[in-house]
Amino acid sequence: MQVTVTVNGVPETHDVETRTLLVQYLREVRGLTGTNIGCDTTSCGACTVLMDGESVKSCTVLAAQADAHEIITIEGMAAADGTMHPIQQAFQEHHGLQCGYCTPGMVMAAASFLQEHPQPSEAEVREGLEGNLCRCTGYHNIVQAVLAAASPPEAVR
Amino acid sequence: MIPASFEYRRAGSVDEALALLRQDPDGTKLLAGGHSLLPLMKLRLATPGVLVDVGRIGGLSYVRDAGDHVAIGALTRHRDLETSDVARSEVPLLAHVAGQVGDPQVRHRGTIGGSLAHGDPASDLPAAVLALGGTLVVQGPGGTREVPVDGFFLGFLETALGPDEMLTEIRVRKGAAGWGFQKFNRRAQDWAIVGVAAVVGSDPRVALVNMGSTTVRARGVEEALAAGASPADAAARAAEGLDPPSDLNASTEYRQHLVTVLVRRALEGATTGRG
Repeated sequence: MQVTVTVNGVPETHDVETRTLLVQYLREVRGLTGTNIGCDTTSCGACTVLMDGESVKSCTVLAAQADAHEIITIEGMAAADGTMHPIQQAFQEHHGLQCGYCTPGMVMAAASFLQEHPQPSEAEVREGLEGNLCRCTGYHNIVQAVLAAASPPEAVR
Repeated sequence: MIPASFEYRRAGSVDEALALLRQDPDGTKLLAGGHSLLPLMKLRLATPGVLVDVGRIGGLSYVRDAGDHVAIGALTRHRDLETSDVARSEVPLLAHVAGQVGDPQVRHRGTIGGSLAHGDPASDLPAAVLALGGTLVVQGPGGTREVPVDGFFLGFLETALGPDEMLTEIRVRKGAAGWGFQKFNRRAQDWAIVGVAAVVGSDPRVALVNMGSTTVRARGVEEALAAGASPADAAARAAEGLDPPSDLNASTEYRQHLVTVLVRRALEGATTGRG
């Protein structure tokens, strides 16, 4: 079947098998391998992307369901000149990663969460990221990074 | 993990979905948010030949004040139910439980109709609707029928929905005096090992998650409450007549004990208005 998906602002039309998962489509058809496949069972959140601005686990969405929708992946977060998105910046400054495998999903989940909760408490951040697993950090610095990204820009510095 | 091949059809209306279903009722599944069905398909536990995507049908996502009850469109996502002003003020139990399903990503995709039609005894929303004594509106070739929730869940992943029918609306009564919800799990985002949705007042109803092959009512607790028992005394009867599953997370005996603790907490929360 034919799907037209706008990914990071770029619409493209491709023929895909009906059973193609969104994460496969992003990685294999669009060549955007920043979105990782972790558990492949809707648990770990490594494959989180934004669909029409909201976080979804792309291992549990068909490419067909994303037809005519807008997807943002980790590759779409930085500005065209390479300036990192404030959430990426905050992850770097607060060392919110170790191996980095969960990071794209964490950043995308955080982006959606901060849209819904612009000024969250620490407890809200922890609950808001419950769909994303990190096996390295113990979450502490990830939570600090998201809290920093929620604050006005001067507070991040 | 990739699902087995299937033919993908998209329905633009309920009538179109029903017409597509009618062509091969037993080989066809309806796809809404996909957060129950797609995991089963990826594990090849479900291999429908035809998938009818109803997710784009307009007009089936709403939470509406309908006088003595609240009407919820079957395609209403958990996130929309959780944040609905009507749900929060008129059926706060349901809004609260919608916010406890899975994780934010799941709540952005999963729908109440999909969750109920899937009929998983480990899911939270079926218990909430059972506690609220809801009614399910079902459309099929013969027209529309209303199914009381007490007759909807028939067995493990089995409901009163016929293979050629579609759940279109859920109705729940307003004005429950007090309510409580408890969910116990060992990992964030996981299914409840045991869960409890309780409504107290003149017609107490207590529904349990993961305590049998369907979501079930704790009849002994309800009887005790109706007879004026304290939350603790009523909760002691929570496992009466129930034979919950034994699995990696908990044994049957563990669940039979846990349910008495969680029912007591749910009832204490309900009667003191803490939720």
